[in-house]
Amino acid sequence: MSNAAVNSPSLGSELARFLKFLLQELKPRGKWLTPFNIISIPTILLGLVILYFRFTQGLGAVTNLSQQFPWGFWIGFDVITGVALAGGAYVICFVVVVMRIEKYHSILRVTVLNGFLAYLFYSGALLLDLGRPWHIANPIIGNSFGYNSVMFLVAWHFFVYTFALFLEFSPAIAEWAHFDKLRKILSKLTLATVILGFTISMLHQSGLGALFLMAKPKLHPLWYSEYLPLLFFTSSIYAGLSMIIFEGTISHHVFKDLIGEKTHHAHDQIVLGLAKGAAVTMFVYYFFQAFILLHDGERWKLVTGFWGFWFLLEIIGFVLVPCFMFAYGVRHKRLGVVKVAAIVTVLGVILNRLNVTLIAFNWYAVDRYYPSWQEIVVTLMVVFIEVWVFRWFVTRMPVFSRK
Amino acid sequence: MDRRCFLRTAATAVIPVLPAKSASAAKTPENKEFVGVLVDTSRCIGCRACEVACSETNGNFVPDVINDNALEKVRDTTEKQFTVVNRFKTSKGEVFVKKQCMHCWQPACAAACLVNAMVKTREGPVTWDGDKCMGCRFCMVSCPFDIPKAEYHSTNPRIMKCTMCYERLQEGKKPACVEACPTDTLMFGPKRELMEVARHRVYSHPDKYVHQIYGENEVGGTGWLYLSAVPFDQIGFRTDLGTTPYPEFTREFLISVPLIEFGVPAFLLTLNMLTDRKNEVRESQEWTNNGAGHE
Repeated sequence: MSNAAVNSPSLGSELARFLKFLLQELKPRGKWLTPFNIISIPTILLGLVILYFRFTQGLGAVTNLSQQFPWGFWIGFDVITGVALAGGAYVICFVVVVMRIEKYHSILRVTVLNGFLAYLFYSGALLLDLGRPWHIANPIIGNSFGYNSVMFLVAWHFFVYTFALFLEFSPAIAEWAHFDKLRKILSKLTLATVILGFTISMLHQSGLGALFLMAKPKLHPLWYSEYLPLLFFTSSIYAGLSMIIFEGTISHHVFKDLIGEKTHHAHDQIVLGLAKGAAVTMFVYYFFQAFILLHDGERWKLVTGFWGFWFLLEIIGFVLVPCFMFAYGVRHKRLGVVKVAAIVTVLGVILNRLNVTLIAFNWYAVDRYYPSWQEIVVTLMVVFIEVWVFRWFVTRMPVFSRK
Repeated sequence: MDRRCFLRTAATAVIPVLPAKSASAAKTPENKEFVGVLVDTSRCIGCRACEVACSETNGNFVPDVINDNALEKVRDTTEKQFTVVNRFKTSKGEVFVKKQCMHCWQPACAAACLVNAMVKTREGPVTWDGDKCMGCRFCMVSCPFDIPKAEYHSTNPRIMKCTMCYERLQEGKKPACVEACPTDTLMFGPKRELMEVARHRVYSHPDKYVHQIYGENEVGGTGWLYLSAVPFDQIGFRTDLGTTPYPEFTREFLISVPLIEFGVPAFLLTLNMLTDRKNEVRESQEWTNNGAGHE
């Protein structure tokens, strides 16, 4: 019945209607002077000023990058950590769309939206770091294909996966813009895009680890192993799950009005389910780390001094401890414990990715790398803009279930 | 056209192509050998003429070798200077060592490059193409010798490093540093010949040299080779780099990519078909009912 209504107007008038609708939707709503806005608006403006200097005077003007540390905070945190923390989208898509477990259906859209925006902004942050960003399309359009490069794989998979996430989320956009016919077509693509998305997620999550396989003499041997891709992939699963718990908890406070009563109550059960998944994956990850440490001859002898302590802190303090916290929280239905565990886990993933990219990288270096304040402000800018866009999406499109 | 017919046609279309391709390859054999440079550190007097020649040829910063006292500390190559000579105090006195790109046989930087901007040329030098490079600096992360250097203070930053004077080589000349060297420390030629010379020197003066040619096998072999009177770790070389060509470290991962790309979707589709939730058989209903009849 709605088909007839959509079919009758011409494409031109439909487009005009959409543009008018979009302009109306782009207008801000709600209060302006919220604490978040007061912090984020000056940060974003300052970030833009810094970016002006970055693009007119070069990377050296605003970053602490050096010849020995070619990758800094923008790659180590924004891209490599950000992508790991966005791993929730492919896990939840697998659970809901492939395994058809309905329990998690109510968080599917918000998780996919989070994933899509994270990829858009965090892999988009790569553009700020590239020395010659106007050549970004070279590996895509076939100017020259470096098949032998892990970076080639990662670049392609970022690109395809961001598009796949967009397709997965597109039914919500079509619903919002009242493109009913388009929504039906897009919904049919979901299974295919989810399967594609899962496969390439597996490859680029592990690919980020594989980037460091050739940095063998530079990465501290406790962090370097030929199993880096496997470790990166496994940790992206629990990183994503913990991030969903973390973000979900905030969303259920901030966007209370947008979420239906039934969904709101079901959320606790969802959190406990996710926590169970995270606990199991974290134990598997811990087992992998222990296995690599003990299996490989003399490797355990490296666990001495500062680096040994630092390694154990990461593996025990930020993996095994939150793993048990999750298990305890699930068993005793203590949501508070689960939420703290999620925060500790997210910190642990950040610590791990920064260790591999910055801290244990060139661990022997005399001139260590520390991010400049400009690098941190730009990173905050990227995060804040993402939150702004996320807020715009969820307040306008059917992202949360209103049941 | 049915499937069998299609396969037959496809096979007949493809088969003649294969031997034809290999036959044409056999007609034009590749006789080129990778070139390199042998550095005999026992001959170097630290005059730094190579630094000057290098910088003049490449239009870089030309050091004031008489007055700058640069040998006082160990320097690294920079984006403005592709080669530097360092002085090391060793068990056998002062030794001068020239540093530049090693021009690896299988370069990590070239394997790292996603746009083939960094390439191992057929002649042996490893060069960089600014029309392709997007400035991701993965080559810098991957190079075991930390050779590629980025121009961080430019809005159009280049990746700078020694190219073994690739343009001079194509004109039939030697690299500028080799030509400038007054003491025959540097010798240019195909690596095979350089290895013979290097071995000959070690064999004829067994007490003068350590019995190792740095670059023979390091990181799978390099274009530049070094002879030394003292162990290489005393003159600033990393001796823990191994003999595996660095691209090998990512080979297994890259091979697994197509396997995963074909295997995992099929596996996921199977899982999706198996989880046929609509017609789910509930254990409590169906199975016990059937079982009851048996009892």
